[in-house]
Amino acid sequence: MTSVLSTFEGTLIILAVALFMHEPFRWLGLYLGRNLSADSAIFTWVKAVSNAIVAALVMRLLLFPAGELAAVPLALRLVAFASGIGLYYASGRQMSVGVVGGAAVLVAGALLGK
Amino acid sequence: MTDPHQRPTRGMDGPRRGFRHGLLVSLTVPGLILAFSSAGFGALALDAGMSLGNAVFMMGIFFALPAQVVMMDQIARGGSVLGGALAVMLTGVRLLPMVVALMPLIRDERRIPWRQVLAVHAVAVTAWIEGMRRLPPLPEEQRLRHFLGIGTGLVLAALIGTAAGYVLAGTVPKIVSAVLLFLTPIYFFLSLLATSREAGDRVAVMAGALIGPVFYVLTPGLDLLLTGLIAGTLGHVAGRRWSGMWREDDDP
Repeated sequence: MTSVLSTFEGTLIILAVALFMHEPFRWLGLYLGRNLSADSAIFTWVKAVSNAIVAALVMRLLLFPAGELAAVPLALRLVAFASGIGLYYASGRQMSVGVVGGAAVLVAGALLGK
Repeated sequence: MTDPHQRPTRGMDGPRRGFRHGLLVSLTVPGLILAFSSAGFGALALDAGMSLGNAVFMMGIFFALPAQVVMMDQIARGGSVLGGALAVMLTGVRLLPMVVALMPLIRDERRIPWRQVLAVHAVAVTAWIEGMRRLPPLPEEQRLRHFLGIGTGLVLAALIGTAAGYVLAGTVPKIVSAVLLFLTPIYFFLSLLATSREAGDRVAVMAGALIGPVFYVLTPGLDLLLTGLIAGTLGHVAGRRWSGMWREDDDP
């Protein structure tokens, strides 16, 4: 399959879109955040908005996944996710235990379900 | 997991050590998860008919997986470049509040802020979470250097991951691919729990997780932005109320 994505023209398109339609949001944040102090009301609001955006992204990746994760039943995905959170707290907030534990539950469930 | 910046500092070489310790973050769980997620992107790129060089270039110049996947998918399906670019803008807006939130932690008083311009290129979820988590305990003058190290290490991990995923795609068992795709959401969510020490942040996370899927179904494309504004404002207001209960004289 030959696509514009594999050509030098594709490289230029990627460069242009990144520089003109993506990176400017980072520069704008730099500019707007310049005179902000870490305990101002606007800072705590912006932090809450960013947290909510990432939380929504998490649920999108979990509930409407791409690729092979979509082949794993929704119930198993949710159980593995909840197990990861439970193991995180049970281990005294060890992030690696939660991540690896959740992944292990997913693998075990998928293998048992075969 | 050892925190690189918690080692005792010796002599006058603090800032340089800050950069090198930042690099090491790429070898911790978040760095590995980013590398694996990037491998997933590499595999998608092969599937979409993209060249290896363009896939690695795109990973480096965007350094934001959702935007990359959206644009690549659009072009691979024969859609217009302009449509892809608009979708890129919609996913890119979420980086703005992240940079604003990080800014007080990476101050640089020098007149030409090229270090900050470089530093914020790394701002996507992983580097943002690690920055918000690791920078506050550091002395102020070390934070920017340390974050530049974190960013450099994570970008390198992502580039290597993309190339590896592209080359190895199709050779790993399906369950391995599924687990790779599962790592990102669980790691992101646990990081949110770890960084949300204030009540308002926790309300924002829970509300975002609950209403995010609703907006994804109702207004795909605008879902992240709308969820962020609504759930974030809700959390912010709730947080103010709670702290107001303890400090009544705070009220305007």
